[in-house]
Amino acid sequence: MKLFKTLAVSAAVTLASTSGVVNAGTLQDVKARGELNCVVTTGVAGFAAPNDAGRWEGFDVDFCRATAAAVLGDANKVKFVPTTGKTRFTVLNSGEGDLLYRNTTITMSRDADLKLTFLGVNYYDGQGFMVPKALGVTSAKELDGASICIQTGTTTELNLADYFRSNNMNYEPVAIETNEEGQVNYLAGRCDVYTTDASGLAATRGTFDHPNAHVILPEIISKEPLGPAVRQGDDEWADVTRWVLNVLIAAEEAGLTQANVKGHASKAGSNVDINRMVGTEGDFGSMIGLDKQWAVRAISAVGNYGEIFERNVGVNTPLGLARGLNAQWTNGGILYAPPVR
Amino acid sequence: MTASGTSSNQSLLYRLFNDKELRSVTIQVITMALLFAFVFFLINNVMTNLEAIGKGFSFKFLFDASNYDINQHLIEYSSRSPHWRAAIVGILNTLLVAVAGIILSTIVGFILGVLRLSSNWLVNKVVYVYIEYVRNVPVLLHILLVHGIVVNTLPIPKNAMMAFDGALFLTNRGFYTPKPLFEPAMWAVLIAFLIGIAFTWWFKNYAHKVQDATGKIYPVFLISLGAIIGLPIIVYFLAGAPINWEYPVLKGFNFKGGLVLRPEFVALWLALSLYTAAFIAEIVRAGIQAISHGQTEAAFALGIKPGRTMQLVIIPQALRVIIPPLSSQYLNITKNSSLAIAIGYMDIVATIGGISLNQTGREMECMTIVLALYLSFSLMISAFMNWYNKRMRLVER
Repeated sequence: MKLFKTLAVSAAVTLASTSGVVNAGTLQDVKARGELNCVVTTGVAGFAAPNDAGRWEGFDVDFCRATAAAVLGDANKVKFVPTTGKTRFTVLNSGEGDLLYRNTTITMSRDADLKLTFLGVNYYDGQGFMVPKALGVTSAKELDGASICIQTGTTTELNLADYFRSNNMNYEPVAIETNEEGQVNYLAGRCDVYTTDASGLAATRGTFDHPNAHVILPEIISKEPLGPAVRQGDDEWADVTRWVLNVLIAAEEAGLTQANVKGHASKAGSNVDINRMVGTEGDFGSMIGLDKQWAVRAISAVGNYGEIFERNVGVNTPLGLARGLNAQWTNGGILYAPPVR
Repeated sequence: MTASGTSSNQSLLYRLFNDKELRSVTIQVITMALLFAFVFFLINNVMTNLEAIGKGFSFKFLFDASNYDINQHLIEYSSRSPHWRAAIVGILNTLLVAVAGIILSTIVGFILGVLRLSSNWLVNKVVYVYIEYVRNVPVLLHILLVHGIVVNTLPIPKNAMMAFDGALFLTNRGFYTPKPLFEPAMWAVLIAFLIGIAFTWWFKNYAHKVQDATGKIYPVFLISLGAIIGLPIIVYFLAGAPINWEYPVLKGFNFKGGLVLRPEFVALWLALSLYTAAFIAEIVRAGIQAISHGQTEAAFALGIKPGRTMQLVIIPQALRVIIPPLSSQYLNITKNSSLAIAIGYMDIVATIGGISLNQTGREMECMTIVLALYLSFSLMISAFMNWYNKRMRLVER
């Protein structure tokens, strides 16, 4: 009898836990759990990596925290799930993670065939090449016959194959599982070239002992719009996460910052865009299952898009990335958030 | 009637649980039913969940272009080739490292096993320390260590170490040797080689018969060696050395031409072989020690020389003890080769179970393929070793 009970209980538990894999209602699940499971990288400095104290920091991490602040009211209620390029989609689709912020390029096949829903772009990137300065290479067109370290399971290995084929050049691919191992192989001279998204190259170079001994070649060989994703089929959750991203971008455009957002929220001002975001006009929070203060919490937790960018990857950080394409459309970039209205 | 019916039912139920034989059948039936129900539940659950997110179970993706390149391919392959071809490239790479590993680990293992029994204290202890160290460190660490040594200590191609007057270049991109290009006359050498094998087979039987009839012993080993290796060499030079060598030349970033052993292959091969060799050494030692010393003494008393004692008395008996555990070491080396992914050696797990899986998002399908392949490799090795074991078995007369 005892055995039967054990079996019955374990079967019930398996049923309950596995049938929970695919369902709508991620928002309810996250609220009930009191914690957001955010899928990030195993460590790319500036984008997502634990600091000396073990606290996750970075560009992508801040978007996770903003989402947690909007949904749960606390930017620290995030469990970060580190994944490699290979495991990220499985982790998201199996329900182990609620939200993917992992330098992930939006592609048609990922959107349609991998059954993801992309929420928008949080970083416009492109694939580049890094070589030691001592090689004297100035253009990617001179790389015929080179050994190239790539991180496996990414769009980079597909772009690389296409680029060399269309330029009639040969190369030796050295497929590496993680960014760290890629660095080790590149620095040891196993490869002449390290390739990944230009932002990743800057992040990697920033961690070297002698960053100036390496150059990033001018060619950008692909479009890499990096963006967050959720599982397909839960539109309610996709709306919540999409609008957290949008409002952070819109906040910068409207001049809403971490410092002044609380003040704007205390009483309605003359700027109607700001009023709608901070909840003093209309009730946009309830449309996505949250309250009026959702955006205030998100912005006061991590700041607007520009603040997140400058703090983690901007010109005053070791990565030293310029805004470039990632500037607001009003400043010569292509960042253009749909309005909150 | 009713009463008797109930009683017979009762007695059947009663017997199902209280009759010793029937009870064991009952329990087995229930266990099997539960097991099947559980497996069915798991499969059904996976199917339902995949269906629910709209990902059916289909192998169609195997015929799409893979779009990625692989550095070590034994067959023609490019990024235009379909995924199934990438899978075959991976299979061949796995088999290459497994077979090379089995050969090297067997040779090293047998040598170490015999040395372990040496009466020389120093040799004995050095081998002992080696075996204990290697066996007690996980194989993944050995792989990373050897790879680290190869990549970090050897020079880049520009400063390549040259050995044997340009016949071997050592770099951290690989070991380059000249590649033989065969001319048509090479057929003669191949035929000479086959003749050598046929002659050896015939001569072995002949020598056996002569020994049975007269007691005269021919040096079979030396004569066989001469026939199999010597004859082709003579023919080779008679045919005017019909091999051209393509030498590796440093061109731009890397060496071009020639044969190359990549550092990933070398690291995986050496690490797996040296690791497994330590286990094989212990198996060989145990096998030899399992043969009572009286056997050796008896053979000596009959006037049989030490070498032939080993060959005719000890080894055949020791093999019976050695072969079964040796099979599981061969299986281990094949399965451990899947750790290749750690250093970027493109085996099955890295190709179809890695990049293809990731680029197509077909986890279930790719993992099923990888699983089925490893299973069939292991079963094939088992079958071969069982056949060999049966051949070596004690034949009672």
